[in-house]
Amino acid sequence: MNRRRNLLNIACCLLALISSQAVAERFIVVASTTSIENSGLFAHLLPPFEERSGIQVRVVSVGTGAALQFGRRCDADVVMVHAPDLEQDFVASGFGLERHPLMHNDFILVGPDHDPAGIRGLSRAAEAFARIANTQSRFVSRADRSGTHAKEMELWRIADFDPTASSGQWYLETGSGMGQALNTARAMDAYVLADRASWLGFGNRGQLQVLAQGDPILFNPYGVILVNEQHCPNTRSAAGQQFIDWLVSEAGQQQIASFTIDGSPLFVPAHTD
Amino acid sequence: MDEFSESLRLTVQLLVSLEPELVEIVSLSLSVSVSATVLAALIGLPLGAAVAVLRFPGRSALTALLNASMGLPPVVVGLAVYLLLSRAGPLGELGLLFTPQAMVIAQCLLITPLIAALARQTLADLDENCREQLQVLDTRPLNMVGALLWDGRFSLITAVLAGFGRAIAEVGAVIIVGGNISGVTRVMTSTIALETSKGNLALALALGLILVTITLSINLLVTGVQNVATRRYA
Amino acid sequence: MMPLKVSGVRMERNGRALLDEVSFCLAANGVHVILGPNGAGKSLLLRVLHGLIEPDSGQIEWAGRTPVAAQPELGMVLQQPVMLRRSVLSNLTFALARKGVPRRQRKAQALRALAHAELESLAHQPAPCLSGGEAQRLAIVRAWVQRPKVLFFDEPCANLDPRSTYKVEALIREISASGTQIILTTHDLAQARRLASEVLFLANGQVQEHTVADLFFRSPRSLEAAAYLEGQLLL
Repeated sequence: MNRRRNLLNIACCLLALISSQAVAERFIVVASTTSIENSGLFAHLLPPFEERSGIQVRVVSVGTGAALQFGRRCDADVVMVHAPDLEQDFVASGFGLERHPLMHNDFILVGPDHDPAGIRGLSRAAEAFARIANTQSRFVSRADRSGTHAKEMELWRIADFDPTASSGQWYLETGSGMGQALNTARAMDAYVLADRASWLGFGNRGQLQVLAQGDPILFNPYGVILVNEQHCPNTRSAAGQQFIDWLVSEAGQQQIASFTIDGSPLFVPAHTD
Repeated sequence: MDEFSESLRLTVQLLVSLEPELVEIVSLSLSVSVSATVLAALIGLPLGAAVAVLRFPGRSALTALLNASMGLPPVVVGLAVYLLLSRAGPLGELGLLFTPQAMVIAQCLLITPLIAALARQTLADLDENCREQLQVLDTRPLNMVGALLWDGRFSLITAVLAGFGRAIAEVGAVIIVGGNISGVTRVMTSTIALETSKGNLALALALGLILVTITLSINLLVTGVQNVATRRYA
Repeated sequence: MMPLKVSGVRMERNGRALLDEVSFCLAANGVHVILGPNGAGKSLLLRVLHGLIEPDSGQIEWAGRTPVAAQPELGMVLQQPVMLRRSVLSNLTFALARKGVPRRQRKAQALRALAHAELESLAHQPAPCLSGGEAQRLAIVRAWVQRPKVLFFDEPCANLDPRSTYKVEALIREISASGTQIILTTHDLAQARRLASEVLFLANGQVQEHTVADLFFRSPRSLEAAAYLEGQLLL
């Protein structure tokens, strides 16, 4: 009998322990994308804000589509994503308030060093996509409704090609995050569209190299949106707005600009001037 | 092979340095999974014993259900708990999503059927041995459940350990309901998934080795206790 | 509880009659021995009388009650008693708890019972580790502490050495002397001679003879009993 009571005591202690860990006085939940998390930006960006404001920022990193879904279901206070069209829909449908431009970098076409489709140095991304399709070279697609996936589908449209018809042959729809897609591309000697931040933070490159970049269409802007408290009454609006205000302030923008890997900056703040 | 030796080197380095972040992640992993296991045992053991001992309509259907749900995919459990705890879901008011408690709930749901099914199997065998004896001692069915649970206590440790092993090793459920938030809900398995996605394969494997080491030590410790106790009562 | 009236009890399995029109009446006090060769149906009859097994047909009445209704006042020591996986003492307190004895009184009662079985020194040993004779004695006092009006013994001394048999039989006599009715099965003639006040001779699922013990051993009336007493093999 005593032993049973002890067991219950242990259970209660454990529950109390993990409850205490979860209790932070003030916090917000930010739904963001794996590209930002994987780059390591949050570890650089958040501490100064948290220290100054006393607000803990809890980042849940998923694809852009899933991040917006979290916003729609009121599970996040702030969304930070990179798919302008989807973001506009999100705001227009009343799920979010204003979209604030936050920062940008660019997408790059990554592929194996021996470059079977011969796209190295091409300045038009759509042309590179066309060559990959024509040579039926292996291509790894995120296929997860992320911002990167949205950009990839846009490029296929411009190249006037429907790769999904070849799904499972040279076109591999992995339904995975950026890092997993890069891991797959490395293992299969395939091409893949990646965002620069994930690429720079990625540690398993092997034969993979950046083969095409610089096309203006590869511009990759990130926006930040406060979830609309009229749609989600539980939104921590004040704290969320405080976070957004700081992000777009000079201090926040500088903090973004100062984030580098091996000397190269990963993101360009939106308000550079 | 390089990656394997590299991760061995990293494992040692991590274990020696004991960085606070690693300690935090390990201790959260342990407290979440141990809590889930304790709760699941409190529910699953009596449930399994009841199904083993009591005779009621639908008993074999329930047994089949328990056995089948041992193979429940963690992602499915995670998704179900997410939909329950999401602000837009029925239990959204509790504000439990993306907290360790949510992870405990998900893991508890995941392993309760496993513990119950294994307990039922163990105790059904014991029941066959003792049933007539308990009957002639004028034991009522509910007391029989209690008596078998107590008599089977050392064998049941194995069921509980199996539950703990499944809880601490799964990533699908905790990553959905916990969100893998750094410093809040980041556990061993979700860290391993994250490092894999960053392409830090050696580090991911090293963390995996540490997880295996911890799980193994706990199993050795508990089975040691179990062996001593079983020998005493064999 | 007495009289026990059994009439026309029949059990068949796979077309074979295990109990064949068993009828008898036990009224007197004492040790009733169900004697017979192995396979005669003794253990089965005991279980039917206790209500553990329901017969295909026939009637059993304990002073007018069905076995299931009478069960709280019936105790049984199985041929191979199962020791609960806890201490010797806890095996007894468990039995006491089943009878609603208040928690505070259990330990004292259990210790007294252990003294009868000469097991006090083993009170805190794990019960599954007892020797055959010790386990049998514990099983007997475990059944006895529940204060049944009738206590069944199924081959209580099968596989025991003479010394253990002696102690077990002494315990059975003590229980009988305390006023508890005893119904005991055995295939051991010598044991039946030592313990029985009445003998019910069972062979091939049938009651061949039911008489006072003295008479039975002096001049059995049935052929089967006579043959058994002479040590012939009953086939």
